[in-house]
Amino acid sequence: MKYMLLIYSNESQWQGLAKSEADQRMAAYMAYTEAMTKAGALVGGDRLQRADTTTTVRVANGKTNVLNGPYAETREQLGGYYLIDVPDLDAALSWAARCPGASYGTIEVRPIWTI
Amino acid sequence: MTAQGGDQGARGAAEATARRSYGKLVAFLAHRLRDVAAAEDALAEAFAAALVDWPARGVPDNPEAWLLTVARRKAIDAARRRRSGADAARHLRLLAEELASSAGREAEIPDHRLALIFACAHPAIDPGVRAPLILQTMLGFDAATIGSAFLIAPATMGQRLVRAKAKIREAGIPFRVPERADMADRVEAVLEAIYAAYAEGWSDPAGTEARLRNLAGEAIWLGHLVASLLPEEPEALGLLALMLFAEARRAARRNAVGEYVPLADQDPGLWDGRLIEEAEAALYRASRFGRVGRYQLEAAVQSAHVVRRRIGSADWVAIERLYDGLLALTDSPVVAINRAIAAAETRGPAAGLRALDAVARDARLAEYQPYWAARAELLARSGNVDAAAEAYQRAIGLEADPAVRHFLQQRRNALCRGKPAGGRD
Repeated sequence: MKYMLLIYSNESQWQGLAKSEADQRMAAYMAYTEAMTKAGALVGGDRLQRADTTTTVRVANGKTNVLNGPYAETREQLGGYYLIDVPDLDAALSWAARCPGASYGTIEVRPIWTI
Repeated sequence: MTAQGGDQGARGAAEATARRSYGKLVAFLAHRLRDVAAAEDALAEAFAAALVDWPARGVPDNPEAWLLTVARRKAIDAARRRRSGADAARHLRLLAEELASSAGREAEIPDHRLALIFACAHPAIDPGVRAPLILQTMLGFDAATIGSAFLIAPATMGQRLVRAKAKIREAGIPFRVPERADMADRVEAVLEAIYAAYAEGWSDPAGTEARLRNLAGEAIWLGHLVASLLPEEPEALGLLALMLFAEARRAARRNAVGEYVPLADQDPGLWDGRLIEEAEAALYRASRFGRVGRYQLEAAVQSAHVVRRRIGSADWVAIERLYDGLLALTDSPVVAINRAIAAAETRGPAAGLRALDAVARDARLAEYQPYWAARAELLARSGNVDAAAEAYQRAIGLEADPAVRHFLQQRRNALCRGKPAGGRD
Protein backbone atom coordinates (compact mmCIF):
# COMPACT_ATOMS: atom_id res chain seq x y z
CA MET A 1 0.00 0.00 0.00
CA LYS A 2 1.22 3.47 -0.79
CA TYR A 3 1.45 6.21 1.82
CA MET A 4 2.68 9.76 1.81
CA LEU A 5 4.78 10.97 4.72
CA LEU A 6 4.45 14.75 5.01
CA ILE A 7 7.16 16.39 7.07
CA TYR A 8 6.12 19.52 8.99
CA SER A 9 8.52 21.58 11.04
CA ASN A 10 9.15 25.11 12.23
CA GLU A 11 11.32 26.67 9.53
CA SER A 12 12.75 29.45 11.67
CA GLN A 13 14.15 26.73 13.91
CA TRP A 14 16.05 25.31 10.93
CA GLN A 15 17.57 28.72 10.21
CA GLY A 16 18.70 28.96 13.82
CA LEU A 17 20.72 25.73 13.75
CA ALA A 18 24.49 25.69 14.12
CA LYS A 19 26.25 24.38 11.01
CA SER A 20 27.35 21.14 12.70
CA GLU A 21 23.76 20.42 13.79
CA ALA A 22 22.40 21.22 10.34
CA ASP A 23 25.01 18.93 8.76
CA GLN A 24 24.09 16.16 11.15
CA ARG A 25 20.43 16.53 10.30
CA MET A 26 21.14 16.30 6.59
CA ALA A 27 23.31 13.25 7.17
CA ALA A 28 20.49 11.63 9.12
CA TYR A 29 18.09 12.25 6.23
CA MET A 30 20.55 10.73 3.78
CA ALA A 31 20.89 7.62 5.91
CA TYR A 32 17.12 7.42 6.33
CA THR A 33 16.49 7.67 2.58
CA GLU A 34 19.15 5.05 1.90
CA ALA A 35 17.64 2.70 4.46
CA MET A 36 14.17 3.06 2.91
CA THR A 37 15.61 2.43 -0.53
CA LYS A 38 17.48 -0.68 0.53
CA ALA A 39 14.33 -1.96 2.26
CA GLY A 40 12.43 -1.55 -1.00
CA ALA A 41 9.98 0.88 0.56
CA LEU A 42 10.89 4.14 -1.15
CA VAL A 43 8.82 5.28 -4.14
CA GLY A 44 9.76 8.95 -4.13
CA GLY A 45 10.43 12.04 -2.06
CA ASP A 46 11.77 15.55 -2.13
CA ARG A 47 12.79 18.37 0.10
CA LEU A 48 10.81 21.54 -0.55
CA GLN A 49 12.16 25.06 -0.60
CA ARG A 50 11.21 27.54 2.12
CA ALA A 51 7.57 28.50 2.68
CA ASP A 52 8.21 32.10 1.56
CA THR A 53 9.02 30.83 -1.93
CA THR A 54 5.43 29.65 -2.24
CA THR A 55 2.85 31.10 -4.59
CA THR A 56 -0.85 30.31 -4.16
CA VAL A 57 -3.23 29.88 -7.09
CA ARG A 58 -7.05 29.84 -6.99
CA VAL A 59 -9.52 29.97 -9.84
CA ALA A 60 -12.91 31.53 -8.99
CA ASN A 61 -15.62 32.86 -11.26
CA GLY A 62 -13.41 32.20 -14.25
CA LYS A 63 -10.69 34.42 -12.83
CA THR A 64 -7.27 33.15 -11.78
CA ASN A 65 -6.09 34.63 -8.49
CA VAL A 66 -2.38 34.47 -7.80
CA LEU A 67 -1.23 35.32 -4.31
CA ASN A 68 2.16 35.61 -2.71
CA GLY A 69 2.91 33.16 0.09
CA PRO A 70 1.58 29.80 1.35
CA TYR A 71 -2.05 28.68 1.67
CA ALA A 72 -2.10 29.32 5.42
CA GLU A 73 0.21 30.80 8.01
CA THR A 74 1.03 27.96 10.33
CA ARG A 75 3.41 27.33 13.20
CA GLU A 76 4.94 24.40 11.32
CA GLN A 77 5.42 24.43 7.55
CA LEU A 78 5.57 21.60 5.03
CA GLY A 79 9.25 21.00 4.43
CA GLY A 80 9.31 17.79 2.43
CA TYR A 81 7.65 14.49 1.74
CA TYR A 82 8.28 10.81 1.10
CA LEU A 83 6.12 8.47 -0.96
CA ILE A 84 6.47 4.91 0.30
CA ASP A 85 5.09 1.48 -0.57
CA VAL A 86 4.73 -0.82 2.44
CA PRO A 87 2.52 -3.76 3.51
CA ASP A 88 0.29 -1.87 5.96
CA LEU A 89 -0.21 1.19 8.17
CA ASP A 90 1.91 -0.25 10.97
CA ALA A 91 4.87 -0.43 8.60
CA ALA A 92 4.25 3.15 7.44
CA LEU A 93 4.14 4.38 11.04
CA SER A 94 7.36 2.53 11.75
CA TRP A 95 9.13 4.41 8.97
CA ALA A 96 7.53 7.70 10.04
CA ALA A 97 9.01 7.23 13.51
CA ARG A 98 12.48 6.80 12.03
CA CYS A 99 12.24 9.99 9.97
CA PRO A 100 14.56 12.62 11.48
CA GLY A 101 11.69 15.12 11.13
CA ALA A 102 9.69 13.17 13.70
CA SER A 103 12.05 14.23 16.47
CA TYR A 104 11.85 17.98 15.87
CA GLY A 105 8.58 18.35 13.91
CA THR A 106 5.51 16.37 12.91
CA ILE A 107 5.07 13.63 10.33
CA GLU A 108 1.66 13.22 8.76
CA VAL A 109 0.99 9.75 7.38
CA ARG A 110 -1.69 9.57 4.70
CA PRO A 111 -2.77 6.59 2.61
CA ILE A 112 -2.83 7.20 -1.14
CA TRP A 113 -6.25 7.08 -2.74
CA THR A 114 -6.94 3.81 -4.57
CA ILE A 115 -9.88 3.01 -6.84
CA MET B 1 -21.57 6.46 55.53
CA THR B 2 -18.92 8.90 56.55
CA ALA B 3 -18.98 12.45 55.31
CA GLN B 4 -15.80 13.80 53.80
CA GLY B 5 -14.86 17.28 52.57
CA GLY B 6 -17.10 17.80 49.56
CA ASP B 7 -16.09 17.43 45.92
CA GLN B 8 -12.34 17.26 46.44
CA GLY B 9 -12.54 14.51 49.01
CA ALA B 10 -14.99 12.52 46.87
CA ARG B 11 -12.90 12.83 43.71
CA GLY B 12 -9.76 11.89 45.62
CA ALA B 13 -11.48 8.86 47.12
CA ALA B 14 -12.76 7.75 43.70
CA GLU B 15 -9.30 8.10 42.17
CA ALA B 16 -7.66 6.25 45.05
CA THR B 17 -10.18 3.44 44.72
CA ALA B 18 -9.55 3.28 40.97
CA ARG B 19 -5.79 3.11 41.47
CA ARG B 20 -6.05 0.48 44.11
CA SER B 21 -8.85 -1.70 42.85
CA TYR B 22 -9.73 -1.04 39.21
CA GLY B 23 -8.18 -4.26 37.92
CA LYS B 24 -9.76 -6.29 40.69
CA LEU B 25 -13.23 -4.82 40.08
CA VAL B 26 -13.08 -5.29 36.30
CA ALA B 27 -11.80 -8.83 36.76
CA PHE B 28 -14.59 -9.68 39.19
CA LEU B 29 -17.32 -8.31 36.92
CA ALA B 30 -15.80 -9.80 33.75
CA HIS B 31 -15.55 -13.17 35.44
CA ARG B 32 -19.23 -13.03 36.42
CA LEU B 33 -20.52 -11.62 33.14
CA ARG B 34 -18.06 -13.57 30.95
CA ASP B 35 -17.80 -10.31 29.02
CA VAL B 36 -14.91 -7.85 29.42
CA ALA B 37 -16.46 -4.99 27.47
CA ALA B 38 -19.70 -5.13 29.44
CA ALA B 39 -17.72 -5.20 32.68
CA GLU B 40 -15.69 -2.14 31.69
CA ASP B 41 -18.79 -0.22 30.62
CA ALA B 42 -20.68 -1.07 33.80
CA LEU B 43 -17.73 -0.08 35.99
CA ALA B 44 -17.21 3.17 34.08
CA GLU B 45 -20.84 4.07 34.70
CA ALA B 46 -20.45 3.15 38.36
CA PHE B 47 -17.45 5.47 38.72
CA ALA B 48 -19.39 8.23 36.98
CA ALA B 49 -22.25 7.69 39.43
CA ALA B 50 -19.79 7.83 42.33
CA LEU B 51 -18.55 11.24 41.23
CA VAL B 52 -22.15 12.51 41.45
CA ASP B 53 -23.21 10.66 44.60
CA TRP B 54 -20.15 10.79 46.89
CA PRO B 55 -19.77 14.58 47.00
CA ALA B 56 -23.43 14.86 47.94
CA ARG B 57 -23.78 11.96 50.39
CA GLY B 58 -20.19 11.32 51.48
CA VAL B 59 -17.70 8.60 50.59
CA PRO B 60 -19.01 5.13 51.54
CA ASP B 61 -17.22 3.03 54.17
CA ASN B 62 -16.60 0.34 51.56
CA PRO B 63 -16.15 2.13 48.23
CA GLU B 64 -15.42 -1.09 46.31
CA ALA B 65 -18.66 -2.73 47.44
CA TRP B 66 -20.62 0.42 46.59
CA LEU B 67 -19.12 0.50 43.08
CA LEU B 68 -19.80 -3.20 42.54
CA THR B 69 -23.43 -2.87 43.57
CA VAL B 70 -23.97 0.01 41.15
CA ALA B 71 -22.00 -1.72 38.39
CA ARG B 72 -24.18 -4.82 38.70
CA ARG B 73 -27.32 -2.74 38.26
CA LYS B 74 -25.81 -0.93 35.27
CA ALA B 75 -24.82 -4.25 33.70
CA ILE B 76 -28.34 -5.60 34.04
CA ASP B 77 -29.78 -2.38 32.59
CA ALA B 78 -27.40 -2.61 29.64
CA ALA B 79 -28.28 -6.25 29.00
CA ARG B 80 -31.96 -5.35 29.12
CA ARG B 81 -31.41 -2.60 26.54
CA ARG B 82 -29.49 -4.95 24.24
CA ARG B 83 -32.03 -7.74 24.21
CA SER B 84 -35.73 -8.08 23.65
CA GLY B 85 -38.29 -10.86 23.39
CA ALA B 86 -38.83 -14.15 25.23
CA ASP B 87 -35.12 -14.86 25.41
CA ALA B 88 -34.57 -11.62 27.33
CA ALA B 89 -36.45 -12.46 30.52
CA ARG B 90 -34.58 -15.73 30.96
CA HIS B 91 -31.25 -14.09 30.19
CA LEU B 92 -31.84 -11.27 32.64
CA ARG B 93 -32.85 -13.67 35.38
CA LEU B 94 -29.65 -15.66 34.86
CA LEU B 95 -27.66 -12.47 34.87
CA ALA B 96 -29.20 -11.20 38.09
CA GLU B 97 -28.55 -14.55 39.75
CA GLU B 98 -24.95 -14.57 38.57
CA LEU B 99 -24.30 -11.13 39.94
CA ALA B 100 -26.13 -11.73 43.20
CA SER B 101 -24.41 -15.06 43.85
CA SER B 102 -21.48 -13.28 45.39
CA ALA B 103 -23.41 -10.98 47.66
CA GLY B 104 -22.27 -7.41 48.11
CA ARG B 105 -21.96 -7.97 51.87
CA GLU B 106 -18.54 -9.59 51.33
CA ALA B 107 -15.72 -7.93 53.15
CA GLU B 108 -13.23 -9.12 50.56
CA ILE B 109 -13.92 -9.10 46.83
CA PRO B 110 -12.63 -12.35 45.30
CA ASP B 111 -9.52 -11.82 43.20
CA HIS B 112 -10.14 -12.89 39.60
CA ARG B 113 -7.33 -10.83 38.13
CA LEU B 114 -5.29 -13.86 37.15
CA ALA B 115 -8.29 -15.31 35.31
CA LEU B 116 -8.73 -12.01 33.47
CA ILE B 117 -5.06 -11.93 32.44
CA PHE B 118 -5.25 -15.51 31.18
CA ALA B 119 -8.42 -14.67 29.23
CA CYS B 120 -6.64 -11.74 27.59
CA ALA B 121 -3.68 -13.96 26.66
CA HIS B 122 -5.83 -16.84 25.47
CA PRO B 123 -4.54 -18.61 22.30
CA ALA B 124 -7.71 -17.55 20.48
CA ILE B 125 -6.76 -13.89 20.96
CA ASP B 126 -4.44 -12.38 18.35
CA PRO B 127 -0.93 -12.31 19.89
CA GLY B 128 -0.45 -8.67 18.90
CA VAL B 129 -3.45 -7.52 20.91
CA ARG B 130 -2.84 -9.48 24.12
CA ALA B 131 -0.57 -6.93 25.76
CA PRO B 132 -2.87 -4.01 24.79
CA LEU B 133 -5.87 -5.94 26.16
CA ILE B 134 -4.17 -6.53 29.49
CA LEU B 135 -3.12 -2.90 29.73
CA GLN B 136 -6.64 -1.69 29.03
CA THR B 137 -8.61 -4.15 31.12
CA MET B 138 -6.27 -4.45 34.11
CA LEU B 139 -4.91 -0.92 34.23
CA GLY B 140 -7.56 1.13 32.47
CA PHE B 141 -5.24 2.53 29.79
CA ASP B 142 -7.15 4.11 26.90
CA ALA B 143 -6.67 3.02 23.28
CA ALA B 144 -4.84 6.19 22.28
CA THR B 145 -2.19 5.79 24.99
CA ILE B 146 -1.69 2.12 24.21
CA GLY B 147 -1.57 2.81 20.48
CA SER B 148 1.04 5.49 21.00
CA ALA B 149 3.20 3.14 23.04
CA PHE B 150 3.04 0.37 20.44
CA LEU B 151 3.32 2.75 17.49
CA ILE B 152 -0.16 1.97 16.20
CA ALA B 153 -2.78 4.51 15.15
CA PRO B 154 -5.25 5.19 18.01
CA ALA B 155 -8.32 4.36 15.92
CA THR B 156 -6.75 1.10 14.80
CA MET B 157 -5.83 0.13 18.35
CA GLY B 158 -9.37 0.97 19.46
CA GLN B 159 -10.84 -1.27 16.76
CA ARG B 160 -8.52 -4.16 17.60
CA LEU B 161 -9.44 -3.94 21.27
CA VAL B 162 -13.16 -3.88 20.49
CA ARG B 163 -12.80 -6.91 18.20
CA ALA B 164 -10.76 -8.82 20.77
CA LYS B 165 -13.31 -8.20 23.52
CA ALA B 166 -16.13 -9.19 21.16
CA LYS B 167 -14.28 -12.43 20.51
CA ILE B 168 -13.97 -13.08 24.25
CA ARG B 169 -17.73 -12.74 24.57
CA GLU B 170 -18.82 -14.48 21.36
CA ALA B 171 -16.37 -17.36 21.37
CA GLY B 172 -16.93 -17.97 25.06
CA ILE B 173 -13.31 -17.60 26.04
CA PRO B 174 -13.16 -18.78 29.65
CA PHE B 175 -12.17 -16.60 32.61
CA ARG B 176 -10.27 -19.33 34.26
CA VAL B 177 -6.78 -20.10 35.44
CA PRO B 178 -5.67 -22.95 33.13
CA GLU B 179 -5.24 -26.55 34.18
CA ARG B 180 -1.78 -27.82 35.05
CA ALA B 181 -1.44 -29.49 31.62
CA ASP B 182 -1.94 -26.24 29.70
CA MET B 183 -0.25 -24.01 32.21
CA ALA B 184 3.25 -23.89 30.67
CA ASP B 185 2.09 -22.59 27.26
CA ARG B 186 -0.52 -20.27 28.68
CA VAL B 187 1.90 -18.74 31.17
CA GLU B 188 4.34 -18.15 28.32
CA ALA B 189 1.69 -16.08 26.50
CA VAL B 190 0.93 -14.03 29.62
CA LEU B 191 4.60 -13.35 30.31
CA GLU B 192 5.19 -12.40 26.68
CA ALA B 193 2.39 -9.87 26.86
CA ILE B 194 3.74 -8.31 30.05
CA TYR B 195 7.24 -8.18 28.59
CA ALA B 196 5.89 -6.52 25.44
CA ALA B 197 4.36 -3.83 27.62
CA TYR B 198 7.65 -3.36 29.50
CA ALA B 199 9.63 -3.16 26.26
CA GLU B 200 7.46 -0.28 25.05
CA GLY B 201 7.98 1.55 28.33
CA TRP B 202 11.71 0.86 28.01
CA SER B 203 11.96 2.82 24.80
CA ASP B 204 11.72 6.08 26.73
CA PRO B 205 14.85 5.91 28.90
CA ALA B 206 14.83 9.51 30.04
CA GLY B 207 11.28 9.06 31.23
CA THR B 208 10.28 12.26 29.49
CA GLU B 209 7.04 10.77 28.23
CA ALA B 210 5.06 10.34 31.45
CA ARG B 211 2.70 7.71 30.10
CA LEU B 212 5.56 5.54 28.81
CA ARG B 213 7.50 5.90 32.04
CA ASN B 214 4.43 4.65 33.84
CA LEU B 215 4.12 1.80 31.36
CA ALA B 216 7.41 0.27 32.47
CA GLY B 217 6.33 0.64 36.09
CA GLU B 218 2.91 -0.87 35.37
CA ALA B 219 4.52 -3.82 33.57
CA ILE B 220 6.73 -4.45 36.60
CA TRP B 221 3.64 -4.21 38.82
CA LEU B 222 1.92 -6.83 36.63
CA GLY B 223 5.10 -8.94 36.82
CA HIS B 224 5.00 -8.81 40.63
CA LEU B 225 1.30 -9.68 40.58
CA VAL B 226 1.67 -12.69 38.29
CA ALA B 227 4.72 -13.95 40.21
CA SER B 228 2.80 -13.74 43.47
CA LEU B 229 -0.34 -15.36 42.05
CA LEU B 230 1.67 -18.15 40.36
CA PRO B 231 4.21 -19.11 43.01
CA GLU B 232 5.05 -22.39 41.25
CA GLU B 233 6.13 -20.76 38.00
CA PRO B 234 9.88 -19.97 37.85
CA GLU B 235 9.52 -18.15 34.52
CA ALA B 236 7.24 -15.59 36.18
CA LEU B 237 10.07 -14.87 38.62
CA GLY B 238 12.53 -14.88 35.72
CA LEU B 239 10.56 -12.20 33.90
CA LEU B 240 10.27 -10.11 37.03
CA ALA B 241 14.04 -10.35 37.55
CA LEU B 242 14.66 -9.39 33.91
CA MET B 243 12.48 -6.28 34.15
CA LEU B 244 13.99 -5.24 37.48
CA PHE B 245 17.56 -5.56 36.12
CA ALA B 246 16.61 -3.41 33.15
CA GLU B 247 14.82 -0.84 35.30
CA ALA B 248 17.86 -0.63 37.61
CA ARG B 249 19.91 0.76 34.73
CA ARG B 250 17.40 3.42 33.65
CA ALA B 251 19.27 6.37 35.17
CA ALA B 252 22.52 5.38 33.48
CA ARG B 253 21.17 5.11 29.94
CA ARG B 254 21.38 8.81 29.23
CA ASN B 255 24.06 11.24 30.36
CA ALA B 256 23.55 14.70 31.85
CA VAL B 257 22.91 16.28 28.44
CA GLY B 258 20.55 13.56 27.29
CA GLU B 259 23.00 11.62 25.11
CA TYR B 260 22.77 7.86 24.68
CA VAL B 261 25.20 5.83 26.80
CA PRO B 262 25.75 2.23 25.70
CA LEU B 263 25.80 -0.49 28.33
CA ALA B 264 29.58 -0.93 28.32
CA ASP B 265 30.11 2.78 29.00
CA GLN B 266 27.48 3.14 31.72
CA ASP B 267 28.56 4.23 35.18
CA PRO B 268 27.66 1.37 37.57
CA GLY B 269 27.38 3.97 40.30
CA LEU B 270 24.21 5.18 38.58
CA TRP B 271 22.60 1.73 38.63
CA ASP B 272 19.95 1.22 41.31
CA GLY B 273 21.56 -1.24 43.74
CA ARG B 274 18.29 -1.93 45.54
CA LEU B 275 16.54 -3.00 42.32
CA ILE B 276 19.51 -5.16 41.37
CA GLU B 277 19.35 -6.93 44.74
CA GLU B 278 15.61 -7.47 44.23
CA ALA B 279 16.28 -8.87 40.76
CA GLU B 280 19.02 -11.19 42.01
CA ALA B 281 16.71 -12.46 44.75
CA ALA B 282 13.91 -13.19 42.27
CA LEU B 283 16.34 -14.95 39.93
CA TYR B 284 17.70 -17.03 42.80
CA ARG B 285 14.18 -18.05 43.87
CA ALA B 286 13.45 -19.06 40.26
CA SER B 287 16.61 -21.17 40.02
CA ARG B 288 15.51 -23.22 43.04
CA PHE B 289 12.77 -24.80 40.90
CA GLY B 290 15.31 -26.32 38.53
CA ARG B 291 13.12 -25.54 35.49
CA VAL B 292 15.14 -23.27 33.21
CA GLY B 293 13.33 -21.09 30.69
CA ARG B 294 13.79 -18.16 28.36
CA TYR B 295 13.18 -15.37 30.91
CA GLN B 296 15.45 -16.89 33.53
CA LEU B 297 18.23 -17.12 30.95
CA GLU B 298 17.72 -13.52 29.84
CA ALA B 299 17.71 -12.39 33.47
CA ALA B 300 20.91 -14.34 34.06
CA VAL B 301 22.51 -12.49 31.14
CA GLN B 302 21.55 -9.20 32.78
CA SER B 303 23.04 -10.43 36.03
CA ALA B 304 26.28 -11.29 34.23
CA HIS B 305 26.35 -7.75 32.84
CA VAL B 306 25.75 -5.89 36.10
CA VAL B 307 28.40 -7.93 37.89
CA ARG B 308 30.65 -5.30 36.37
CA ARG B 309 29.83 -3.09 39.36
CA ARG B 310 31.73 -5.57 41.53
CA ILE B 311 34.49 -7.04 39.39
CA GLY B 312 35.06 -4.26 36.86
CA SER B 313 33.96 -6.13 33.77
CA ALA B 314 30.99 -8.13 32.55
CA ASP B 315 31.26 -11.92 32.66
CA TRP B 316 31.41 -12.44 28.90
CA VAL B 317 32.17 -16.15 29.05
CA ALA B 318 28.99 -16.71 31.05
CA ILE B 319 27.05 -14.39 28.75
CA GLU B 320 28.10 -16.31 25.65
CA ARG B 321 27.13 -19.62 27.23
CA LEU B 322 23.76 -18.23 28.32
CA TYR B 323 23.08 -17.01 24.78
CA ASP B 324 24.00 -20.48 23.47
CA GLY B 325 21.25 -21.80 25.71
CA LEU B 326 18.80 -19.10 24.63
CA LEU B 327 19.48 -19.75 20.95
CA ALA B 328 18.79 -23.45 21.41
CA LEU B 329 15.55 -22.53 23.16
CA THR B 330 14.20 -19.80 20.89
CA ASP B 331 16.09 -19.82 17.57
CA SER B 332 15.61 -16.05 17.60
CA PRO B 333 17.74 -13.86 15.30
CA VAL B 334 17.83 -11.23 18.04
CA VAL B 335 19.42 -13.74 20.39
CA ALA B 336 21.84 -14.74 17.63
CA ILE B 337 23.00 -11.13 17.28
CA ASN B 338 23.61 -10.75 21.01
CA ARG B 339 25.44 -14.06 21.02
CA ALA B 340 27.66 -12.84 18.19
CA ILE B 341 28.57 -9.76 20.24
CA ALA B 342 29.46 -11.97 23.20
CA ALA B 343 31.54 -14.23 20.93
CA ALA B 344 33.44 -11.15 19.78
CA GLU B 345 34.22 -10.30 23.41
CA THR B 346 35.53 -13.76 24.22
CA ARG B 347 37.20 -14.70 20.93
CA GLY B 348 37.66 -11.54 18.91
CA PRO B 349 35.69 -9.64 16.25
CA ALA B 350 36.28 -12.22 13.50
CA ALA B 351 34.47 -14.87 15.54
CA GLY B 352 31.64 -12.41 16.14
CA LEU B 353 31.33 -11.57 12.46
CA ARG B 354 31.22 -15.26 11.56
CA ALA B 355 28.36 -15.69 14.01
CA LEU B 356 26.57 -12.69 12.45
CA ASP B 357 27.04 -14.06 8.96
CA ALA B 358 25.23 -17.20 10.06
CA VAL B 359 22.03 -15.16 10.57
CA ALA B 360 22.56 -12.60 7.83
CA ARG B 361 20.18 -14.38 5.48
CA ASP B 362 17.16 -13.76 7.73
CA ALA B 363 15.02 -11.23 5.83
CA ARG B 364 13.70 -9.65 9.04
CA LEU B 365 17.16 -8.29 9.78
CA ALA B 366 17.15 -5.98 6.76
CA GLU B 367 15.17 -3.45 8.81
CA TYR B 368 16.55 -4.33 12.24
CA GLN B 369 18.77 -1.55 13.54
CA PRO B 370 20.62 -3.56 16.22
CA TYR B 371 21.82 -6.03 13.57
CA TRP B 372 23.45 -3.26 11.55
CA ALA B 373 24.84 -1.56 14.64
CA ALA B 374 26.38 -4.82 15.83
CA ARG B 375 27.79 -5.51 12.38
CA ALA B 376 29.24 -2.00 12.19
CA GLU B 377 30.88 -2.31 15.59
CA LEU B 378 32.53 -5.63 14.80
CA LEU B 379 33.66 -4.51 11.35
CA ALA B 380 35.19 -1.41 12.93
CA ARG B 381 37.05 -3.54 15.44
CA SER B 382 38.34 -5.70 12.59
CA GLY B 383 39.73 -2.61 10.91
CA ASN B 384 37.33 -2.85 7.95
CA VAL B 385 36.53 0.86 7.93
CA ASP B 386 34.55 1.12 4.68
CA ALA B 387 32.21 -1.76 5.43
CA ALA B 388 31.81 -0.51 9.00
CA ALA B 389 30.83 2.98 7.81
CA GLU B 390 28.24 1.49 5.47
CA ALA B 391 26.78 -0.64 8.23
CA TYR B 392 26.63 2.36 10.56
CA GLN B 393 24.81 4.24 7.80
CA ARG B 394 22.16 1.52 7.62
CA ALA B 395 21.78 1.52 11.38
CA ILE B 396 21.41 5.32 11.44
CA GLY B 397 18.68 5.24 8.82
CA LEU B 398 16.73 2.62 10.76
CA GLU B 399 16.87 4.25 14.18
CA ALA B 400 13.89 6.22 15.51
CA ASP B 401 15.46 7.46 18.76
CA PRO B 402 17.37 10.71 17.99
CA ALA B 403 19.80 10.14 20.88
CA VAL B 404 20.82 6.72 19.58
CA ARG B 405 20.94 8.07 16.05
CA HIS B 406 23.29 10.84 17.18
CA PHE B 407 25.49 8.29 18.94
CA LEU B 408 25.74 6.14 15.81
CA GLN B 409 26.54 9.20 13.72
CA GLN B 410 29.38 10.09 16.11
CA ARG B 411 30.75 6.57 15.80
CA ARG B 412 30.59 6.70 12.04
CA ASN B 413 32.21 10.13 11.89
CA ALA B 414 35.03 9.02 14.17
CA LEU B 415 35.60 6.03 11.89
CA CYS B 416 35.75 8.14 8.78
CA ARG B 417 38.14 10.58 10.43
CA GLY B 418 40.57 7.69 10.88
CA LYS B 419 40.22 7.31 14.63
CA PRO B 420 39.67 3.76 15.89
CA ALA B 421 36.20 3.12 17.32
CA GLY B 422 36.60 2.09 20.95
CA GLY B 423 34.37 0.05 23.23
CA ARG B 424 31.16 -1.75 22.29
CA ASP B 425 27.47 -0.89 22.06
